[in-house]
Amino acid sequence: MQQQHAIEMRGITKHFGLVVANENVELTVRKGEILSILGENGSGKTSLMNMLAGIYFPDAGQITIDGREVVIRSPKDAFDLGIGMIHQHFKLVDVLTAAENIILGLPGKLRLNMKTVEADIRKLTDKYGFEIDLTRKIYEMSVSQKQTVEIVKMLYRGANILILDEPTAVLTPQETDKLFDVLRNMRNQGHSIIIITHKLTEVLSLSDRVAVLRKGESIGTVDTKDATEMSLTEMMVGKKVVLDIDRPDPVNPVSRLQVDGVTCIDREGRKVLDDATFDARSGEILGIAGIAGSGQKELLEAIAGLRPMTGGVITYIDEKGKSRVLSRMNASAIRELGVRLAFVPEDRLGMGLVASMGMTDNMMLRTYRGGRSFFRQRKQPRSLAQQIMEDLEVITPNIEWPVGRMSGGNVQKVLVGREISSAPQVLMVAYPVRGLDINSSHAIYRLLNQQKKLGVTVICVGEDLDVLLALCDRIMVLAGGKVSGIVDGRTAKKEEVGLLMTSDQYEQQSAKEETIA
Amino acid sequence: MSIFLIFLQKAITQGVAILYGANGEIMTQKSGNLNLGVPGMMYMGGIAGLIGAFFYEKYAANPIPFVGMLIAIVCALLCAAFGGLIYSVLTITLRANQNVTGLALTTFGVGFGNFFGGSLSKLAGGVGQISTIVTSSAFRAKIPFLSEIPIIGDLFFSYGFLTYFSLALTIFLHWFLYKTRIGLNLRSVGESAATADAAGINVTRYKYLATCAGGAIAGLGGLYFVMDYSTGTWMNNGFGDRGWLAIALVIFARWRPLNAIWGSLLFGGLYILYLYIPGLERSTQEIFKALPYLVTIVVLVITSLRKRREDQPPAGLGLAYFREER
Repeated sequence: MQQQHAIEMRGITKHFGLVVANENVELTVRKGEILSILGENGSGKTSLMNMLAGIYFPDAGQITIDGREVVIRSPKDAFDLGIGMIHQHFKLVDVLTAAENIILGLPGKLRLNMKTVEADIRKLTDKYGFEIDLTRKIYEMSVSQKQTVEIVKMLYRGANILILDEPTAVLTPQETDKLFDVLRNMRNQGHSIIIITHKLTEVLSLSDRVAVLRKGESIGTVDTKDATEMSLTEMMVGKKVVLDIDRPDPVNPVSRLQVDGVTCIDREGRKVLDDATFDARSGEILGIAGIAGSGQKELLEAIAGLRPMTGGVITYIDEKGKSRVLSRMNASAIRELGVRLAFVPEDRLGMGLVASMGMTDNMMLRTYRGGRSFFRQRKQPRSLAQQIMEDLEVITPNIEWPVGRMSGGNVQKVLVGREISSAPQVLMVAYPVRGLDINSSHAIYRLLNQQKKLGVTVICVGEDLDVLLALCDRIMVLAGGKVSGIVDGRTAKKEEVGLLMTSDQYEQQSAKEETIA
Repeated sequence: MSIFLIFLQKAITQGVAILYGANGEIMTQKSGNLNLGVPGMMYMGGIAGLIGAFFYEKYAANPIPFVGMLIAIVCALLCAAFGGLIYSVLTITLRANQNVTGLALTTFGVGFGNFFGGSLSKLAGGVGQISTIVTSSAFRAKIPFLSEIPIIGDLFFSYGFLTYFSLALTIFLHWFLYKTRIGLNLRSVGESAATADAAGINVTRYKYLATCAGGAIAGLGGLYFVMDYSTGTWMNNGFGDRGWLAIALVIFARWRPLNAIWGSLLFGGLYILYLYIPGLERSTQEIFKALPYLVTIVVLVITSLRKRREDQPPAGLGLAYFREER
């Protein structure tokens, strides 16, 4: 059957500096269907949709709406074409009411009569059955209420095509069901809906078709009725890629760091880390896999003494077998105990290094406490900086050059070099090769392996499963703040890890089914 | 007239310039621009108005007060708006740091005023010789009959029209910000430029227009000071720190124009309180002059403690906006 397409995207390419967000992506959306866009973090789902919403402008490629070729330069252009996008971080003004947010930027009489505006919006909400208090301020609303405001805002603007970026990430299962009913209702009224997600259960229960992206490229589009969790996971993570990464066998590993039932909550009181229990051994690399925001960052920060825990114990066992409790200590107290933890954070230039300082001064950030004099003693840090530059082949005009102006790979070498120069017993690295080219990545892998051979406990949070499977001795998978499994890096299958990454959703699903039954 | 009445009258006179400055800055800050150049733009408005009136009176055979007044107002508005434009180009288009740009604009504006003030004195034949008495008379004209009522006339009807206009403007600004679509859009730009942009609002245009219009409004404060308060003459640095008081008043008024009305009266009163306290010496006077700032700090502390969302500065204040930023 020939159906007219609501959207056709052909050969869409978008780069951010050296980072490729989308490369030659093809996507079609039919009228009156729900299309899921599935992909791992960093697969380019959001940037692709941002190009439809007028937030980003594509470097190459063409977009056709309702069979007509269009150029979308701004969000206003997108509205005029009937495209509305609901971003993951809601675009709402907190101190305004729901109704005020809905009519933002719309033409109309200069004088604003909120009563008539509200009556007008009410007609629409009644038609679709939304429950919403239009006079309420956004900051008084729950997340799902805010989402409803966003949806109404788009419909009020006459959006025919609705894009939702991970709409269920912050919703409870009940709220999710409600949202899905709304979306199905809208589809039945002829709207096209695109939903960005990495949750397989949602894809299968909601959408008509699924488009899969991987590493910025389109892998293919399938009908949901022909798809299974297994087939989608395979499309999402891809076939195993053989990477030429060295993996020496661990030499008599002993338990070095024992993490028992660690729990952390965020500012909103949600559990971001839930009863995490594992041990990390000397002379091995423990990989941590998971969808972004599954508690990886919180886990490393809790171990490093940078984040308060609400429960659990972290114990460090030194070479002589003596154990010390690290939990509920801050970073400097841990250091005073003589435990050498090194932490390479995800945010290199924000948390790891000072961008405007040179290598020497950045070295001093770790050693300045040792100084006795009123004046800075730069001799030692300077020679350390010099040594790191030579050993790790950091490319920089000189060691006083601001690290912020170096390339990503060199910045990471400086940071890792500084951290391993303190001869750590535990080395934690978060996304060590993010944004790095292949050669720099291998340089970092070599450094991690070197530390492993020295008997250091290496904990490596990663996003590329191929890398984790090639580099790590064991891989722990986090899902929704919980440890969903620990697998052997040498024998585990990629699909196995992929399924563990999304396992918390099945639990939610089955728990819900139980309550219904 | 009792001393108290005189004090109230003087407090109102002092408050007018501050109120204009605060209104201009509220308009600017509602677009997310923290323009610390307000003192400078007020100087620019004041001197430009004076220059316009001076040359009009110098070269017109029979200067008409009303025409001189119009010329002075147009000059003040344009020049102060130009100050806002300098700030806009630097911070909006070139995304320079707002604080640094604003402070630089203040330094520039004060120098601009003093430089041309000095030149004008030279043309007029010496320090204190600038006279634009005709134009000034138009600015200082009192309301006939009403101002002659005892006490009430003195307190309410004895001021030049810029005083009453400042009240009208403040009420208009309140209506504009809170009761019109454009005002709603402007507030959303200052709260969250990304949200406004995604809603189809032209963020750059709003920021430019609000900042330039805010500059023009602040410039009227400088014009009031020169033409009404100083009776149409110039004294270098005569404007003092009223520009900073205007910025403090924005915080004190919690970004709401209507609060700025009584706030300007309070600030004006506190600013001259030292004149009415017997036994003060030059050194102890300064403590009293600091009172408006102390009050502002107290308000800041209280609003921070209460954490009411409506009392906070616009959430996007001081941030440059770039759509494709990741």
